[in-house]
This record gives sequence, C-alpha cells and structure tokens, in this order.
Amino acid sequence: MNEISIIDTPAFYRDNFRVRGYTFGSGKKSVCIVGPMRGNEFQQQFIAARLVSRLEQIEQAGELQEGYQILVIPSVNPYSFNTKKRFWSINNNDINRAFPGNAEGNTTKRIANQIMQATSEYEFGIHLCSFYMSGTFMPHIKIFKSEMDYIEEAKKFKMQYVQIRTPRPFEKTTLNYNWQAKNGVKAFSLYSSATDYIDRTSAHTVQRAILLFLKSLNIIKTDIPGGYESVILNSQEDIIPIRASASGFFEPKVKVGFEVSAGDTLAEIHDPYNDKIVEEIKSPADGTIFYQYSDPLVYSHSTVFNLVLKK
Amino acid sequence: MVKTVVSVDLPVDEKLTIKKNSITGTGGAPSKPASLPNTAKRFSLVTGIHGDELEGQAVCYEVQRRIAAQPQNFCGTIDIYPSLNPLGMDCITRGIPAFDLDMNRTFPGDDDGTMTEYIASKILEDIKGSDFALDIHASSVFVREVPQVRIPPQFKESTFDYAKCLNMDFVWIQRNASVQENSLVYTLNQSGTPCAVIDIGIGMNCNPSHTSQLTEGIFCLLKKLGMWNGETITPRNPICCDDPERIVEISAQHAGFFMRKALCGQRVEQGQTLGLIIDPLEGKIIEEVVSPAKGFLFTLREYPILETGSTLGRILK
Repeated sequence: MNEISIIDTPAFYRDNFRVRGYTFGSGKKSVCIVGPMRGNEFQQQFIAARLVSRLEQIEQAGELQEGYQILVIPSVNPYSFNTKKRFWSINNNDINRAFPGNAEGNTTKRIANQIMQATSEYEFGIHLCSFYMSGTFMPHIKIFKSEMDYIEEAKKFKMQYVQIRTPRPFEKTTLNYNWQAKNGVKAFSLYSSATDYIDRTSAHTVQRAILLFLKSLNIIKTDIPGGYESVILNSQEDIIPIRASASGFFEPKVKVGFEVSAGDTLAEIHDPYNDKIVEEIKSPADGTIFYQYSDPLVYSHSTVFNLVLKK
Repeated sequence: MVKTVVSVDLPVDEKLTIKKNSITGTGGAPSKPASLPNTAKRFSLVTGIHGDELEGQAVCYEVQRRIAAQPQNFCGTIDIYPSLNPLGMDCITRGIPAFDLDMNRTFPGDDDGTMTEYIASKILEDIKGSDFALDIHASSVFVREVPQVRIPPQFKESTFDYAKCLNMDFVWIQRNASVQENSLVYTLNQSGTPCAVIDIGIGMNCNPSHTSQLTEGIFCLLKKLGMWNGETITPRNPICCDDPERIVEISAQHAGFFMRKALCGQRVEQGQTLGLIIDPLEGKIIEEVVSPAKGFLFTLREYPILETGSTLGRILK
C-alpha cells in the first residue's frame, strides 16, 4: 500500500486541506473507489476505511494479481467532517455538484477537477455516495444511462439491485456522470443503507460487493463468499415513489426490504399536538420496500417510500 | 389584491405560503375599455428565490408606490412575488431551510413530486403566460456585482430588447448554471414566457441607489410593453456581452485576507492592482492581485476571507 497526496492546499485560518489516496498493486489503473464528499457521510467514510484495511491485508497476503492498480480515496471532504457541516464549510457548495470541476475555478470546482485528474485513467470508478434526503435504502448500485453499456459489469458486484437511471439535469454535475461523459470511466454509485450513522451490516454488504467485483475482474485472488444475482431496476418502470399527503410525525410500520401487498399500511402520520392519525399511508401495489424516509417529522408531498414493484 | 400562489402545511402548526400581489390598472378608465388594447398584458416581478438576496424587496415596494401614485398611467396586470422562498428569507438562508436545496435548481418542479418540487411547479404555473417576467437576484455575500441583466443564450432573441431597456449597466448573455436548466429563468423561457434575471449588488443588503436604478428600468420596460403611459427616464445604454471569451475570471491563488484596492464597476488596466491578500498573523503581503486584462471590472470580492480558488472578480475584456 502506498499513500499518495491528491490535494494539499494551504488554508489560512486552519490546517491544510488534504485529500489522500491509497494505492494497491501497480500496473494498469483498474479500479478507483472514492469516498464521501459530504460531511455527514459517516457510513461511506467507514466503508472506505474498512476497504483500505482489507485491501492492505489482501496485498500483504500476496493475493493481489500483478499488473493492476487499485486506488482508494477515503474522503474528498475532511474539512466538512471536522466542522460537522454537510456541504463545503464556507459557502455551502456541494462538491458532488461541482464536477467536472475547473482548475482555475472556485474552491469546490478545483477540488472536483483534482479528483477527476487523479482518477481519469482508471477503467472503473466507484463512488460511495448518499441520497439527498435522509432515509434508509436497500444497498444497491446506480448507473446512469449513456452510450456506454456496462450493465453486465454492474452485476459483478453481486448486489441485490442495480438501478439504471436517465440523469436529471442537476445530476450532470456529479462525479458519476462526469466520469462517464468526460473520461469514459465505467462509473458506479454504491448506496449503503445508511448515511449519517454507521450500520456495520450494510457496510459489510457494500465492502463485500466491491471485493466480489475485484475478484470477478481477477484483480484479487481472495475467495469472497456470498452475493446475489442482481435484479436490474429501470427507475422509471420498476420503482414507484409513495408520498405523504400530510405533514406531522412519521411512524413507519414496515422496514426496508419488507415485501408488502397492495393495501398494506406502510406508515401513519400523526398530529404533533394531539397524536391523532392524520394519514394512513397504504401500499398502492405489491412489492418490496426499497427506500424509507427516516426523520421523525415528515413534510407533505415528501417521498416516504420507494417501492420496487413485484413482477 | 393579495393572492396565495401555493400553500402547504409544515409539520408543526404552520403553513408555508407563497403570496403575490396582483395589481390591475385600466389607464384611468373606470373599467377595461376596448380602446385600451394593452389592458390584457401581464408583467411578473419575481424575487426572493434565495433567502439571502434582498435587493428586490425595496423594488417591489417602490414599483407599487409609483403605480399607486399614478394609477391613470398604468394599464394591464402586474403580479408581484416578493418572496418565492419565505422560509429562507426568514432564516437568512440562501437555500430552502430543512431541505438544504437551492430553489433555483428545482424548476420546473413536479405537481406530484416532493414538497419543493410541488411548490416549484405551482410557482411556474402561476407565472407562466406573463408577457414578461423579471427574476431579481442579488449577488451572494461573497462578491459584489454591478447592476446587470443575465439571459440564457438560447432565449436571447425573445428577451434581449427588453433586457437592454432595464437601465442596467451590463447585459450578459450568460452560459453558466445560474441561468441554465432547472433555473426559473430557463424554465419560464422554455415554456414560452420571456424572462430575464437581474443580478445586482450583494447578498444580505438592499442599496437605495440600486432600488432606484432598477425601478426606473422596470418602468421603461412597462412602457415598452405598453403598460405604462407616465414619464420614464432614458435608460442607460448597457455594455453587452455575448462572447464567453471576453470574460476573464480572477481567482485567489492563495488563502488569506483580501483588502480591495479597486472598485466594482470601474475600468481597469492590465497589471493594475486590484487588491492585496494579506497575512494578519505575521503582518505580510501574501499576494498582490493584479488585473490580468484591460476591461470592465463587473464583479469584485466583498467578503474578505479567501480560500485558494475563491472568486476575486470578473473582467469584461
């Protein structure tokens, strides 16, 4: 394992802004894994750290195939972690809305540019990312629809679901989109079940998926047990949002991964003054809970569940 | 008449309501006579998408004050939306509080979408169909902007003549994200409602001279639309730019504390000192910031604390 400096920029009122990377093996730049860009992505940082540790063990055991290089960047935004801010601490910019970046641009665009430079030659890019709303997910992979066709490679992570989405305009400034569009990197966004807390089971699932992927590419020799035959989900056809009509306390009656039938009560919304039920949220169809909102208070119109429809 | 554009329940005993004041004039006639062909025209004055941008507030007041003082000279309908993001304005927050979203990236919204998408959809539905819409922004708290109009290049044809009469110093056919997809201006234009953005001054501030300059421009625009028959000034002849190659961005090469040595809006020479980046700890100059080109300094750093890469200014060559 080699530690490399990807960004080391002097600041004035605090320590340098540093982004470090860890490389394993040498040769063809095969897979890079990029950790959190937001200061609340504790789970993603935890997964990245576990991965660095595991890859170091694999390398020391001589189980890394010769001729390949893996890069892990455990965090793109230590500043926001240290100040408990979600976005960039001075101007609240989201680094994952600053890609492809600009070497002469503002600070977040410079960071984005340096991440692109450091990762552009890798064949595969994996971003450990989070959803913009708080909630829990079935761990899954997301890939954007593009001219590049690599769904078969996405299945090699052996995660339960692979979600395919047409990028929305604001998603064209994400790392995933720009890896593909600018550098031809086959890009995957890996979603764990958690974001701002550590869920070790889900972290293990994501770490295992990355190791299974490396094994399938013959980059590591280690046997990695487990995994699923992935179900391919087309966002527009296979997943439906279920929204709250009322605001109030959110009391879910199910959990992510539950199979539900049409008409099942999924959650109640309670009046925060008298605890009366103001809405019962029913499942509109048979399916599996893919995403569940997790804050105690819910706003009307919010997506509180995503349901994978039963085929 | 004050009307509700959209109202939604917040979780605990509060409604989030976006309001507009709809003022209709008949040019002094008791009703809407057929002899006044322009009574059907509608102009929308929109501001407060970003909760820290306050320059539009006094403009909303001043436009109404002048119309009320001379109702005989106003015909048509003006819809005034002083705050599209009232929670943000109340909390001094640029985005939408609780959602941490930039509202100007949520358009066109979705009637069946999340709360923010639903609100965006209702706002768009309400403004659509105006003969012209003006979306007033201030700059952020970080940089000062000369009074300017920004329009997306795709819609230059339908908006440029109106933009020129707004009494601003600069008209920028801009290609960056503030006027691109998911912004209100882009989405309105795309749906057939001509719209331009005003960017003026600085965040968390309201400068009376900007209020006056823009209000005069709005009455010039109303006259051009055939909605105002009263006196107007001759609007300023703005500098116009449709060529991104003429825009020079200046960024800080070092972190530190910025001391300005130039004024926003002045003409500068290549090599002229624009400011100093200093080190208050050791009493040293870290960097002398000099102008990379000769031209019009239309953006200048206001908030003095700098990171490497912080925007210091923009020059039109």
